[in-house]
Formats: sequence, C-alpha cells, structure tokens
Amino acid sequence: MKIVRTVCKNLFLILVSFISVFPFYWMIVGMTNESKDITMGKLTFGNAFLTNVTNAFEKADLWRAFFNSAQLAIVITFFSLLICSVAGYAFVVFPSRGKEILFMVLVASMMVPFATKLIPMFRMFSNMKLLNTFWAIILPAIGAPFLIFFFRQNTESFPKETIEAARVDGCSEYQIFARIYAPMMKSTYAAAGIFAFMASWNNYMWPLIALQSNSKFTLPLAVSTLAADFNPDYGMIMVGIVMSTIPTVIVFFCLQKAFVEGMVGSVK
Amino acid sequence: MSKKGKSRLRLTGWSMVIVASAFVLFFSYVPMIQAFFLSLKTGKGANLEFSGLANYVRMFQDKVFWTTLGNTLLYALIQIPVMIFLALLIAVLLNDPKLRLRGIYRTCIFLPCVTSLVSYSILFKNLFAVDGLVNQLLLKLGLIDTAIPFVLTDGWAKAVVVIALLWRHTGYFMIFFLSALQNIDQSVFEAAKLDGSNFFQTFFRITMPMLRPIVFLTSVMALNNTLQLFDEVVNLTNGGPGNATRTISQYIYDLSFTYVPSYGYAAAVSYVVLILIVIITVVQKKVMREK
Repeated sequence: MKIVRTVCKNLFLILVSFISVFPFYWMIVGMTNESKDITMGKLTFGNAFLTNVTNAFEKADLWRAFFNSAQLAIVITFFSLLICSVAGYAFVVFPSRGKEILFMVLVASMMVPFATKLIPMFRMFSNMKLLNTFWAIILPAIGAPFLIFFFRQNTESFPKETIEAARVDGCSEYQIFARIYAPMMKSTYAAAGIFAFMASWNNYMWPLIALQSNSKFTLPLAVSTLAADFNPDYGMIMVGIVMSTIPTVIVFFCLQKAFVEGMVGSVK
Repeated sequence: MSKKGKSRLRLTGWSMVIVASAFVLFFSYVPMIQAFFLSLKTGKGANLEFSGLANYVRMFQDKVFWTTLGNTLLYALIQIPVMIFLALLIAVLLNDPKLRLRGIYRTCIFLPCVTSLVSYSILFKNLFAVDGLVNQLLLKLGLIDTAIPFVLTDGWAKAVVVIALLWRHTGYFMIFFLSALQNIDQSVFEAAKLDGSNFFQTFFRITMPMLRPIVFLTSVMALNNTLQLFDEVVNLTNGGPGNATRTISQYIYDLSFTYVPSYGYAAAVSYVVLILIVIITVVQKKVMREK
C-alpha cells in the first residue's frame, strides 16, 4: 500500500515535471528544424540550425534586439538598485513621520495598473521628444516602488550598532551606506537585482508603444513581430525564443537561491 | 548629539529618499492624474473636448467593454483556483522529507517562471496550432478524428490561454506554499498520520486551513496580475477569434493605438481596472488585519 502511494506520488511529480520542462526541449529542437517541420510537431533534432541562426541574425537582426534588451536591462538594474536601495535604507535609518507617509504613498503606487498610465506616458514622452529612444524605457523603470519596499524590509534586520560605530569612527552617512551597508547586503542586492533584471527583460507593453523603429526593438518586440508575420518563419522565431530564455535560465541556475528570494520576496 | 548634527542627519535622510521618490511619483501619480482628466474628455486623436461623464456612460452600452471585462474575470475565475490547488498539491508532495529527487522536481516545476512572457506565449501558439504537436498527439492517441483548430475556436482559444497561464505560473505559486509549509512543524503531520488520517484528509483538514493566509494573499496577487493580463493574449491569440479572448488591458491598448485613437474613452476604461484593483487591495488589507 505504501509502495503504491509512493509510486503514484512520483508518477504525478514526473508528469508535472515533464510538462514543465518539455517546452524547453521543444524550443531547442525547434531551433534546429525548418519552419514547416516545427509546425508539424517534429520532435527530433534537424539540420537547419545554421540556416535558422543566419536568418535570425541577417533577416531579423535578432542580435541587435538581444543587445538592446541586454543594454536596457543592465542599465535599468544598475540605476534602480542604486537609487532604490539608498531610499529603502534611509526609510529605516532616518525614520520620521513625513517619510512614513511618503513611503505609504510610494507603495500605494504599485496598485496603479500600467494600462492607466499608458496614454499620459505616451503623450508625456512624445512632448519631451523622447519616444523611440531608450530614455523612454529607462526613465519610468528606475524608480521601482517594489524595490524600495524590498530594501526597506531587508534593512529592518540590519544591525543599528554597526551604523553607530561607523559614525563614531567619523564616516559620513553616504560612506556608511556605500562601504558598510552595501557590502553586507549582498544577498538582498542579488535578489533585488534579479527582480529588476527580469522585469526589464520581460517588459513588453510599454516598449511596444514607446519604441517604433526596428533598430530600437527589444527581444520580446522582435520575436513578437516575427511571430505576427503573415507567413512566420518558426525556425527563426525559435532562435529568438531561445535567445530570450538563455540569459534568464543561466541567471536562475547560477543564483538559484537569490532568484527564488527575489521572486517570492514580494509577499514577505 | 548636537542640534546641528541632528538636523544635518535629517537632511541626509531626505536627500537619500528624494531621488527614488521623485521618479516614482513623477511616473506613476502624474500619469494617473492625467488619465483621470483625460477620461472626462471625448474626441478622436488629439482633438479632445471636456464632456463630463460621457465616457463612463458609453461604457455601459459598449458590448466589447463587457466582453473583455467578462473574459478577464473568466480567466481569473477558472485559472486562479485551479492553479492554487495544483500549486498546493505539488508543494505538499514536495514537502515530504523522505521524497527522493525533490530538489530536481522542484527545479523542473519552477523552471517555466524564467521564460519571457512573449516567448512562452508564442511557443504555446505553436504547440496548439491546427497541425501542431498537441493535435498530432491527440490524433495519434485516437482521442480525436480531425484536428481541433484550438486558437480559432471561441471556447478552445480561452482554454489555451488558461492552460498557458497555468504552465507559466503554477511553479511560481508552488514556491510560496513550499516556503510556508516549511515553517509548519512536521510533527503536526506526524500526529495526523498516527490518528489514521489519509493523504487527502490531511490535505483538506490540516494543510489547507493552516495555509489559508498565504493562499488568500497569493490569490489576491494572482487576481491583480490577471486583471492586467496583456502579453499572453496578444501573442497567443491576439484577442481572437473576434473578441473571444481579448482582455480588458488589451482593449485599452487597442482603443488607444490600434483602432482610431479615442484616448479619453481608453482612459475611462483603464480607470475601471484601477478601481477594481484598489477595491481588491483594500479588501485584502482589511482581511489581513483582522487576522
């Protein structure tokens, strides 16, 4: 009876794991097959890999899209981590009534759906003549209320005595932050960094509106445009899908703990 | 500390929060307020005139608005309970310390969350194509005689969206439950077992009630996400056939950028989503406080 139960449990988990992992196999196999074979559901490796990769880079310029996405994700992650961690730190280390209210206002802004901000932001950036530039993507993304919240939450457990001791030693407040706090909070930075990177890497709705020329396209836009073609070349699309998946999979396997923390942290 | 030192500290504190706060305020509240004023105006493109609540009145007669709102809520109603149940079940199975390979199972089941929303939607579109893999499999197994045009049939298209959402998000929610379960004392489950409680009895009578707060919290989170569903439907079905899978967010987008732009009306529709989210959040805060 006990064996039956164990077998059932494992069979169920194997099935779920298989379903979870199968699309990854499918995209890798797809990358090596011709468009026609992919839509027919061919499950074995083919020999169109080089053709697909060449097409993807020459016809669709996915390489540029990959580079654009990477550039944006890195810049956004760096600056949002910088300004949001300073803010989250200050909300705990320099508490005051005014800041408490400000913090509530900031956190409440998480409720505003992007669709509501869509048109005013479009008009705002159009007036500033910044549409179709990376500024339009970077500027709204670097002030992330969730990151401020996340850093504030994690700073609560930071030992106050360390700060006091550094003050006595004559460190300035910014020095304390940069030389003592930041190095001690590596794991928080890792988790927050992954959160920021994923959000930027996956961002779709706003770039879809703000970026108009192909040379500015990010990877999701480029792949989505290819797939919306009247006669889509799935071999090429699969290359794009793999390109958009590889970086996040690598980050996930290298920093599994921080990854899970960054994604689950939103609820704690 | 001297008075001067204190006021300098206060200034430093404000200087540290000001940059991030300015960015957040400028890029969330300013557009939000502008959207409200916009929602009181009608007209095509840039020619807008003040018209009071006309846009909100128009919504009541707009069939597409009700269809897209209905679709969005239908996704929430079907996908969220199924996902929460599956995620809970998997978490409970993985919480068994005697289970072998649990690390591998957990990694596999979590993996879908690392895919980009656009990419996995296109993969699913592909898998559920008329001559796609799912149809081939069903044909081979003899479950169907002719291929089902999944993405082209009203009900099936909705089902495919739900299946895709389940695939992408179940592992994510499973992680929440798993970390909550790890905080429950194992002896509770041992005791239940000694009392002769079987797996399902334990699941429904002990595990579920103990996890109720986190289940509630994650459901609210999922509901907020679903109310803003956009990337998946655009890339999976593009809202079709007709408006069968179109969501409210996609409708707002279409009203502004696909059809003849009516910014005012789009802003009014977006305020409905905003209000729904505010209501859900307030209810959530209330319920959590009572606990």
